[in-house]
Amino acid sequence: MIPSMKIKLYHPPREIILKGPKQVAVLLRELNLAKEAHLVICGEELVTEDRVILDDQVVEIRPVISGGGG
Amino acid sequence: MKCRQCQQSAVIKMERHNTSLCRGCFNLYVHDQVERAITEEKMFDRAESVLVAVSGGKDSLALWDVLIKLGYRTAGLHLNLGINDYSQISQEKVEAFAESRGTELIVHAYQEAYGLGVIEIAEETARPACSACGTMKRYHFNRIAMERGFPVVATGHNLDDEASRLLGNVLQWQEEYLEKQSPVLSDEGGTWARKVKPLFRLAEREAAAYAVLNRIDYIVDECPMSKGAKMLVYKDVLNRLEETSPGTKHRFYLGFLKRPRALPSGPKELHLHPCQSCGQPTPGEVCGFCRLMQRVAR
Ligand SMILES: [Zn+2]
Ligand SMILES: [Zn+2]
Repeated sequence: MIPSMKIKLYHPPREIILKGPKQVAVLLRELNLAKEAHLVICGEELVTEDRVILDDQVVEIRPVISGGGG
Repeated sequence: MKCRQCQQSAVIKMERHNTSLCRGCFNLYVHDQVERAITEEKMFDRAESVLVAVSGGKDSLALWDVLIKLGYRTAGLHLNLGINDYSQISQEKVEAFAESRGTELIVHAYQEAYGLGVIEIAEETARPACSACGTMKRYHFNRIAMERGFPVVATGHNLDDEASRLLGNVLQWQEEYLEKQSPVLSDEGGTWARKVKPLFRLAEREAAAYAVLNRIDYIVDECPMSKGAKMLVYKDVLNRLEETSPGTKHRFYLGFLKRPRALPSGPKELHLHPCQSCGQPTPGEVCGFCRLMQRVAR
């Protein structure tokens, strides 16, 4: 099996597999996701944009924007 | 990346403050921003009971968590909108949170009270779903607060909510809405419960980060009715501006609050009297909610 990072996305909910390692800022840019509108969670941990995600790691990119007042 | 305050490993970078913080320092930052909003805007004090409107989303649950930790007297109010799975999961998240904190929770379910969910009520009355839902929420927040003796209702509106609403109101020049767009709405001498928005200084991403960092289990899915809603477009536009020019949302909304508001043309005294149907204050004979429900009944 080729080592790879598993990325969990929303809208619609799906998982994609990418080849690591990759920096969070680069990952967001390549997926065309705004930094201000997302959190990146690696394992259980919130990570900053300079963090490098390695193969075999699972990452959730969670949108933070909702209709309002929720 | 290191925390600016204590050199531990940072969990969040906030461009608009040109800083990065660890979990502990970020929690302190959030608590400070909320406390500052409450005291500077004279929202409420520790002697008053605050009814927190909790949807099950990140903002309202984060707000409730912060208020409990800051030592305010709170109870939660959850409106079950009757939107099948979405509403059921939302209520479960709110109940789990309330139970874990040992706090009082009031649940009002539309399906039980009226035999219909918000989508059916909107359809029956030919109103856009978000508009009927807004009328119903405002009505129930106020009525339940007054009936249960809460002088204040707090909602989880954050900086992104307020800035995007301001952008929408400015683009349409909705001047009468601009006058009302404040983090505190007065109780008009006890006519209403006071409405407050203690998260108005926090960006939406910060509210979400607070929920994640404090292991608050919230409903991530968007309300199924709000897809494509205009507010989401305004938020997207503002976040694009924010990326090229950090602090845009803060400067836009807090700058607006600092500005003296133009007085409406001519005195606009609202004469309120009790709704003939339910007794809640209204400028008409029957309040907006009761008019909605009368149309459903027909
Ligand atoms: Zn720190
Ligand atoms: Zn009424």
